[in-house]
Amino acid sequence: MLVSLNWLKQYVDLGSETPESLADKITKTGIEVEGIDYVSERLDHVVVGYVESCEKHPDADKLNVTKVNVGDEVLQIVCGAPNVETGQHVVVAKVGAVLPGNFKIKQAKLRGVESNGMICSLQELGIQEQYVPKDLADGIFVFSESVQIGRDVTDYLNLDDAILELGLTPNRSDALSMLGVAYEVAAILNEEVILPDESYTTTDEQATDLVSVKVEATDDNPYYGAFVAKNVTIKPAPLWMRNYLMAAGIRPINNVVDITNYVLLEYGQPLHAFDFDRFGSNQIVIRRAVANETFVTLDEETRTLNTEHLVITNGQTPQALAGVMGGFESEVNNETSTVLLEAAYFDGKVVRQAVKDHGLRSESSTRFEKGVDPNRVKRAGHRALHLLEKYADAKICVGVSEIDALDYSEKDVVITTERINDRLGTTITDYEIAVILDKLQFTYDQDQSTFTVHVPTRRQDITIFEDMLEEVARIYGYDYLDYTLPEGGQFAGKLSERQALKRFVKQVMEGAGLSEAITYSLTTTERATMLMAPDIKKQVISPVRLAMPMSEEHSTLRLSLLPELLAVASYNQARKEKDLALYEVGTVFVSDEKEITKQPKELNRLAGVLNGQWLTHPFQQEHKAVDFYVAKGIVETLVSRLGMDVTFAKAEIDGMHPGRTAEFYHEGQSIGFIGQVHPTLAKSYDLKAAYVFDLDLEYLYEHVDLEPNFNQIPRFPSMSRDIALVIDEMVPSGDVLATIKQAAGEHLFSLHVFDVYQGEHLPAGKKSLAFNLRYLDPTRTLTDDEVETSYEAVLAAVKSTHGAVLRA
Amino acid sequence: MQEKLQALKEEALVKITEADDLKALEAVRVGYLGKKGPITEVLRGMGKLSAEERPVVGELANTVRAAITEALEVKKQVFETEALNEQLKKEAIDVTLPGRPVTLGGPHLLTSIVTEIEDLFIGMGFEVKEGPEVETDYYNFEALNLPKNHPARDMQDSFYVTEELLMRTHTSPVQARTMGEYKGNKPVKMICPGKVYRRDTDDATHSHQFTQVEGLYVDKNVRMSDLKGVLNQFAKQFFGEEREIRLRPSFFPFTEPSVEMDISCKVCHGKGCSVCKQTGWIEILGGGMVHPDVLKMAGYDPEIYSGFAFGMGPERIAMLKYGVDDIRHFYTNDQRFLAQYHKA
Repeated sequence: MLVSLNWLKQYVDLGSETPESLADKITKTGIEVEGIDYVSERLDHVVVGYVESCEKHPDADKLNVTKVNVGDEVLQIVCGAPNVETGQHVVVAKVGAVLPGNFKIKQAKLRGVESNGMICSLQELGIQEQYVPKDLADGIFVFSESVQIGRDVTDYLNLDDAILELGLTPNRSDALSMLGVAYEVAAILNEEVILPDESYTTTDEQATDLVSVKVEATDDNPYYGAFVAKNVTIKPAPLWMRNYLMAAGIRPINNVVDITNYVLLEYGQPLHAFDFDRFGSNQIVIRRAVANETFVTLDEETRTLNTEHLVITNGQTPQALAGVMGGFESEVNNETSTVLLEAAYFDGKVVRQAVKDHGLRSESSTRFEKGVDPNRVKRAGHRALHLLEKYADAKICVGVSEIDALDYSEKDVVITTERINDRLGTTITDYEIAVILDKLQFTYDQDQSTFTVHVPTRRQDITIFEDMLEEVARIYGYDYLDYTLPEGGQFAGKLSERQALKRFVKQVMEGAGLSEAITYSLTTTERATMLMAPDIKKQVISPVRLAMPMSEEHSTLRLSLLPELLAVASYNQARKEKDLALYEVGTVFVSDEKEITKQPKELNRLAGVLNGQWLTHPFQQEHKAVDFYVAKGIVETLVSRLGMDVTFAKAEIDGMHPGRTAEFYHEGQSIGFIGQVHPTLAKSYDLKAAYVFDLDLEYLYEHVDLEPNFNQIPRFPSMSRDIALVIDEMVPSGDVLATIKQAAGEHLFSLHVFDVYQGEHLPAGKKSLAFNLRYLDPTRTLTDDEVETSYEAVLAAVKSTHGAVLRA
Repeated sequence: MQEKLQALKEEALVKITEADDLKALEAVRVGYLGKKGPITEVLRGMGKLSAEERPVVGELANTVRAAITEALEVKKQVFETEALNEQLKKEAIDVTLPGRPVTLGGPHLLTSIVTEIEDLFIGMGFEVKEGPEVETDYYNFEALNLPKNHPARDMQDSFYVTEELLMRTHTSPVQARTMGEYKGNKPVKMICPGKVYRRDTDDATHSHQFTQVEGLYVDKNVRMSDLKGVLNQFAKQFFGEEREIRLRPSFFPFTEPSVEMDISCKVCHGKGCSVCKQTGWIEILGGGMVHPDVLKMAGYDPEIYSGFAFGMGPERIAMLKYGVDDIRHFYTNDQRFLAQYHKA
């Protein structure tokens, strides 16, 4: 809402407030002033001039040489505007004037003819082109009423105005009118509101004799009033009205249309003027449209209607789409002499539907959608008639033809001083509350500390105690509330175990050299199902897709974090950031339905992507590209930090390298995978050898206990044996490890591979694996015999299970 | 014999002084103290001496031997020190060359901010709650006093999955869920960080996915001044002791009264500058007293319980605190962007 302060002054005394000080007060009290716009500045040496003569320039076709009377002198001015004529009252910028944009007016010679000033257009005075009336857009401004020659034009053209741009929250539709803003400002400044003049004289003719009204959809249209104004003269509206409309961002058209727009802005009540002679009948019938009914709106577009739309008809054809836009057939034009003026209350829902279906949001529809003040509907009609009589020479018929089922009652809200103070933490007195209610111009009945507030119908947003609480608080001033801390019970705030574990996992990742990335949950349909972990794939029936995505790029909920992480790697590589180690902790969305009817499971996962070099230290010739074992080492570090015993097995997963991918298990349950991205997929991301891992965090949340248990530090020495085996090259070391573990007996406490060899000293198809075994009994020192027995058992087991022999 | 011993000592000490490397020194040791050396010889001839002379000469011989041994030891250490110094000189390296890098990762800036906010509120007794990102229309809107056809639904155009399911447009549904969980008879004091989604085209200031942190405190006798006090404490700890806050009236369907909180501008301290668009204040978060309908729908009697709620956007906070100029930076994950915020 744009509020002209000069206009606002008509309803409330702004005292010595500057635009800035007033804006600050309004913002602090509840309506955010988003900007202050100055129409122009007060212009010196810009006055009203009278064109006494106008002749063609001797040397230029498009120029005229004028003699302009500016009161104390007559100036010769060369003017290029096509519309300049003798006898016009115009705006003259005299020599010495400075126009907006620092345009200095100097004495000049134009094609040899002296020019002492300039005749101005509205644009040159700083008014935005889009608000300038169409007939004046291409030339100088010409006054259409009597003005005093030589007088400063600032007053006539409202150039010293400041416009506040109000950012209205949806509840404050009451401030979609100058009067509404006046009530707000009056409450802030503790002033009275001066109401506009709604009086007029009437002829003997009865409006009810000229037109009848029938409403067939009372829920949509509880009030419809039709007034009749005869003998109107169509001409420009008075200058001050056009100025205010322009300040409010509305382009002036003619006096009748301008008056309906003016009253719309003044009262917040949309009105519509029909040309009665072209309306087509003397009956108004308001009904829902029938399916596929068509009608031409005043923008000359043909609209196809349906039963969700409300129309104003002449009993036959629609003449207006209720609350949204009038019809072309009965639009007011230069020949109009009888105006049928509509003042009505249309329900927000039916108007919103029409706006939605036809993409026609207007100043009118916005107000109906949010709800207008029932008590201002008919008054707005009277106000418009007052102005039609005054500025369109209209003869007003007596009365109104109307259907009235509107609820005009005020809502009562009971507040008590005690409850207000309890909720705000204040010590406001009964008296202060009464003062605040007076400032708001709300009437009330007071019984000591209890106030029964009769909320005026202009404030449809106030219906319950808390609404009044806010009114009291904001007029009292949020600045005056104390700073207190809650007095309720004490709470121990802490993270849940799940949250603490999530943080721990992130710390391990960062300690291991990975940086956190955050990617979008919504991805392409193709990527959504790419690189799913085996445990996810088992659960998914179909990915979750948005009903109406804005783009395919963000259309479907992800089932793996990896596709978008690979996109991040690709993005970075394209910017020469090749060496990359990233992880993400995020959610995948798993639905077990073909057609989604219930919320998908939201499962947390940890995923990582490694690209380029893992380690570079150039002058020491140390380079280590990321590989499978780097990725595996990260996962192993994490699970060992979490105290989990995890086994790895070769796996085949779509999109992964078939020979370099492993799934890993805890207690037989698959909890994730690692490996190299399939070169074909990597290539589609412009990546060469990217390694990834993916892990089920939900499983960790359920199975990991971060509380460490105390284990006695061993007091007896451990004993160590190495064993080197020659074995078929296809046997995975993990299998041998498992065999050894099982055979070695209870005292084995650590086991690892320390050498892998394949080459000239071994037969083809064979490899050598060397293991280190450490034995310990926490209660005593082990004997050599005991260790030897275990060692023999291990040898026997690997021989029988894997055909392994001791390496010579 | 005694004279001979004295002479041998003098002679040996001179030779020790003259020795210029470990080898020469060893020759001196062997020459004088060795098995075939003169001192040993003297001691061997002791048997010929009288009983009176023997102890005197024996003692003298020992003294001489000790003196020579000590002189040898001292000289040897000098040589060893020299040798070591020589060795160390050879081992010198260019200490100005770069070290072997230790790669440390770091958290995403949004995580750092959310973690800091979580920790501040945990310190004030709040617990951290989470909720689903695919939310029901009921929890996302209706339980928050936004019935179907409510005009305020225009404010947040949403990504629907079905008519009843959508990507949550704010973290507020977690308020309703947590109150539901506590069944209307237990105070609720929680914050809820999480991802939210709106139907926006991504540009410098809009993102279809972003982060919110929501807070809620419901108890008996919660006052609006408590909201002001808690937010003030948060703002001072998070943004700095010298920052002031102010509350302005606003509107949210799920709070009444509603507020927006500004903090004083860091650059101009409230005087007005280009950062704060001449107002001296920067908008940080929205909040208010929980609407009685929201309490009622979650099973809390608004006659007994009251509460406050607030919500803020970590992206916006990061943009204000660190001058990040484009919201898309948070989601493109350019390594050069990520690494800037791994300091603390």
